[in-house]
Order: sequence, then C-alpha cells, then structure tokens
Amino acid sequence: MMPLSAIAFYLISAFLLITALLSVTGRNIFRSAIWLLFSLLGVAAIYFWLELNLLAAVQIVVYVGGIVVLIIFSVFLTRGSGQELPTLRRSRHFFALLAVISGFLFTAWSLWLYGYRQTASDAVVADVRTIGKQMLSIEAGGYALPFEMVSILLLASMVACIAIAMKLPDSKTTNTPK
Amino acid sequence: MQHVPLLHILVVSTALFFIGMYGMFTRRNLITILMSLELMLNSVNINLAAFQRYLYPQQTDGIFLSLFIIIIAAAEAAIAIAIIIHLYRTYHSVDVEDATELKY
Repeated sequence: MMPLSAIAFYLISAFLLITALLSVTGRNIFRSAIWLLFSLLGVAAIYFWLELNLLAAVQIVVYVGGIVVLIIFSVFLTRGSGQELPTLRRSRHFFALLAVISGFLFTAWSLWLYGYRQTASDAVVADVRTIGKQMLSIEAGGYALPFEMVSILLLASMVACIAIAMKLPDSKTTNTPK
Repeated sequence: MQHVPLLHILVVSTALFFIGMYGMFTRRNLITILMSLELMLNSVNINLAAFQRYLYPQQTDGIFLSLFIIIIAAAEAAIAIAIIIHLYRTYHSVDVEDATELKY
C-alpha cells in the first residue's frame, strides 16, 4: 500500500507530463498555450509537494500569471487563434522521436547508474524570512550581488523590448521582404 | 516525501525536458518553440528544487538558483515575444522557415 504523499506525487507528475505532451503536440496554437498553463501549474504543484512554498508561489505568479499571458497575447497579435498549424513531414517526426527517446533513455539510465544516496531529509525548510534575509545579505552566502545584477538585467530587457517592438517611422521600413 | 526516491523526481524532470525537446524539433512556429523552451527551463528548475530538498535540506542555494532562473526566463520570454512581434511585422509570418534573410 503506497502512502498518500507518494500517490499524490505520481498523480501530479502524470498530470504534468500529459499536459506537457498535449502542449507540444496540439495542432491548435491557442489550445497548446492553455495546456502549457496547466503544465506549469503542475510544476507549481510539485514545488508544493516538495514543501518549497515560496518557489511554488513565484512559479504561479511569474509563469502562470506572467509568461503564459504574454504568450497568449502574442498568439492573438500574430495570427488567428483558431488557425491550425501545418503538419510536418513524417520523416521529421520519426527522427525527432528517435532523438528524444534515445536521449531520454540514456539520461534515465545514467541517473539510475549514479544511484543518488539520500541523506536525512526531515530537516525543516528555510522559511520566507530566512530566504529574504539571505537574498539581501552582503555577507558570505548572501545573494545581494546576483539580486542587483538581475534587477539591472530586468531593466535592460524592458528597455530592449520597447526598442525592438517599437514601430519604426515609415522612412525606415521600406526594405520589405521579397 | 520520504517514500518517493529522488530518482523518480529526476526521471519525471528528464521526461519533461525531452518533451520540450520534441516540441523544439517538430514545431516550426516561433511561439510554440518558445513554449517548448519554457517546458525545458521548468524541468531544470524541478531538478534544482529536488536536489535542494533531498540532498542539502539545510541550505537554500537550490531555491535561489531556481528563483533566478525563473526571473531570467521571464526576461527572456519578454524579449523573445518582442522579437516575434517585430518579425511578424516584417515578414507577416512567425514561421522559422520564412525568416531567411541571413541564410543566403
């Protein structure tokens, strides 16, 4: 008889993998974005299962609330959402499946060979207060410098987004493609 | 949590990574390629969180690494979508086969 937490883990991972598969194989782009949303929620559920509550909250806020919404917006901005994607040649599917399955088997085999030895895992997880203090600490083990670098990166990427997606004046857009 | 070995979580994350890779190989639409990329980044995050929880439960480095990966993935997705929208404006398509100006 499996304990309840193990059953929960296998259910969550089955949900996660099935929705991820539907997301990469679906022909309707809007539907695959919705499946991606469910898959990211499954990842957040795995974080909750690992008792990493802060990480799960950040995953839901940033991925589900931010990136998926951005992707859905870009789907609406670029092409009709009801349009079907074209199907590829059969040989390309075959070689992609071959590469993916052999890569998965090789990686799983080498993981199995390594055989991770599990140390004591009943220690309490760091709470949000500890994590926040460590993130802004400048002493040994603190993450103040990466924090600042990430904030500069976010600012730079915001400026870059505006600069890339800005509509150019008409005189510069004359080089239309053939 | 003790009843599930670490290996099973790693196998799940490996499967998620290769599902994303399958999407990258078979898709030709830039937005769906971006979605596959997000799946691959998430599988790496599951790895880091599981290592942190199982092997080094006293430390917090796994959480920080995952947090920074999530933040950088958000920045990367924003820039990628800006590029996709610009590409759509120029070529009226988001198919990777149609953007061939640098190819020849």
